[in-house]
Amino acid sequence: MSTGTLYDKVWDLHCVGDLPGGSTQLFVGLHLIHEVTSPQAFAALRDKRLTVRCPERTVATVDHIVPTTSQARPFADPLAEEMLSTLERNCEEYGIQLNGLGSGRQGIVHVIAPELGLTQPGMTIACGDSHTSTHGAFGAIAFGIGTSQVRDVLASQTLAMNKLRVRRISVDGQLADGVSAKDLILHVIRVLGVKGGVGYAYEFAGTAIEALSMEERMTVCNMAIEGGARCGYVNPDQVTFDYLKGRVHAPSDESWQRAVAWWRGLASDGDAVVDDEMVFNAAMIAPTVTWGITPGQGLGIDERIPALEELDPGERPIAEEAYRYMDLHPGTAIAGVPVDVCFIGSCTNGRLGDLRAAAAVAQGRHVASGIKAFVVPGSEQVARDAEAEGLDRVFRAAGFEWREPGCSMCLAMNPDRLEGRQISASSSNRNFKGRQGSASGRTLLMSPAMVAAAAVHGHVIDVRRLSLNPVKA
Amino acid sequence: MSTFPNGSIPQIEGRALALQGEDIDTDRIIPARFLKCVSFDALGGQVFADDRAELNGEHPFDRSEFQGAKILVVNSNFGCGSSREHAPQALMRWGLRAVVGVSFAEIFFGNCLALGIPCVTASPDTIESIQQAVLAAPDQSLCLDLSSMRLASSSVDWAVAMESGPREMLLSGRWDATSQLVENSAENKALMARLPYLNDFITA
Repeated sequence: MSTGTLYDKVWDLHCVGDLPGGSTQLFVGLHLIHEVTSPQAFAALRDKRLTVRCPERTVATVDHIVPTTSQARPFADPLAEEMLSTLERNCEEYGIQLNGLGSGRQGIVHVIAPELGLTQPGMTIACGDSHTSTHGAFGAIAFGIGTSQVRDVLASQTLAMNKLRVRRISVDGQLADGVSAKDLILHVIRVLGVKGGVGYAYEFAGTAIEALSMEERMTVCNMAIEGGARCGYVNPDQVTFDYLKGRVHAPSDESWQRAVAWWRGLASDGDAVVDDEMVFNAAMIAPTVTWGITPGQGLGIDERIPALEELDPGERPIAEEAYRYMDLHPGTAIAGVPVDVCFIGSCTNGRLGDLRAAAAVAQGRHVASGIKAFVVPGSEQVARDAEAEGLDRVFRAAGFEWREPGCSMCLAMNPDRLEGRQISASSSNRNFKGRQGSASGRTLLMSPAMVAAAAVHGHVIDVRRLSLNPVKA
Repeated sequence: MSTFPNGSIPQIEGRALALQGEDIDTDRIIPARFLKCVSFDALGGQVFADDRAELNGEHPFDRSEFQGAKILVVNSNFGCGSSREHAPQALMRWGLRAVVGVSFAEIFFGNCLALGIPCVTASPDTIESIQQAVLAAPDQSLCLDLSSMRLASSSVDWAVAMESGPREMLLSGRWDATSQLVENSAENKALMARLPYLNDFITA
């Protein structure tokens, strides 16, 4: 078993005790809730006559069902309205902070918690959403949970958990120009597979990871779950501290100094033992695009859709299913595949840096005819910051729609969805069958800059072939 | 519909349903649009909605011989994707009480455990043989026994596996963790008193 890693240290700090079934009772430092996976948990709490143990360690927002065109209440969709009003009632009754629509702090749960400084190194963080792994970018141990566990955290501020093994994923060297954190993680998942991480926490390390911004680290950790790992993390460093300083819920004054000293000591020791290690060369990573129906079915932009015989026998059945569903054939180059819809946003790539990267492609260009392209900021804060820099004007001038913050078409629990067999270039995290709202809709995952490039050309294209025009604030 | 799991779960007996395919994700088990609800009650009828519509009555969850089945037999990485408990809730409300497969996504496994639904594993060859046996004779009753860790029909039996912790929780009836977690509040309070980030980062 691993020893001396950040995972081990944070785990040990949060162990309340052993449970009869052999699992550990783990204290949850921050519990994030939203409208989709919490209503049944609150109902169960009432059934069991329990209350919320630490309302001050629980923070709510609304994201999945929020419309991105008009957010006027009541919502046009009565089910969505019922979910939001249920969350509002629950937060009110139990004294939980709700970052609601128009508060200036609403947005995708995995975007707002870091931006408010709620997410900090050394915490355990749980949320009824698998992309909770995002918060590991700060050196927190953060994982998605189901609704029964949301109930458990509400009732006790703890969870029954089993310790994971630790796999270090070292990415050394430098990413080439035009290659992003999204490409990096799509590449890692392609190599290790969508079930390669089952049973593991992924420690992302190496010079290429250290060189990433906090937003980019969030993108990487966000998709650890797509590789099967329950959580992913990056050791906290100066980049982490610089990001946190001055944020609403970050420590200040004298406690800041103490906090930084404590955070530094949490990083994996130089002689830490990990259960497994994989080494990647950043320079070998190309802009990566998925062609199939799992996030592991990725290709470098210059590659062709693989033939069955090029794949491991275990990967062939899902590849055959992917050829049929995607209507893409072995030997077809991924560059040049036409798209219908281009979506920039989500908890993977809906942050300011993502919008800047996409705007640099959109600036001075125009969305190709017949293409629907839209940008959904990850939070109200991201929207404000982007508008202050003029990114909204760049997108609008290029023919993109500029929307209100929310999860949008990533999982299409709101009015944003694919229709029929439409194919999308998407900056989100999942290309599962039916994921983007149409039972036969198709998704190609890629970086925000690559989505913007696809939007202006009408097909998948290597963003490195385009000149970039960074937007000056 | 039979009652939901309760108390000690030593075995599950009933007919089985074979669902073939790798990496079957939670979006397929219950598409996102059905997550628009504040209760799990209606999910049973919506399980695999899009796959079933596509196969127009031929999906295993629609075929008459599998109606009333209690044991689901799947391949590898079943339940990958979302943390949505709606997925096991939908399976449970359809009538399933156990899942046998090559491997499971972690959150899905934990969600099932929290509902008293054992997810047990076996080698790819064993799963293939179980699936073939189920497809050949869908009306036979199987028994999954968590004490002996065997899945048996009247003619064949197969070894299955589950880690001792979850298995013990199901056997003892302590798979619903809430009451234990709430009980240890003194230990929890002590831990909160020494966690640096809850105490102004004072570490001494």
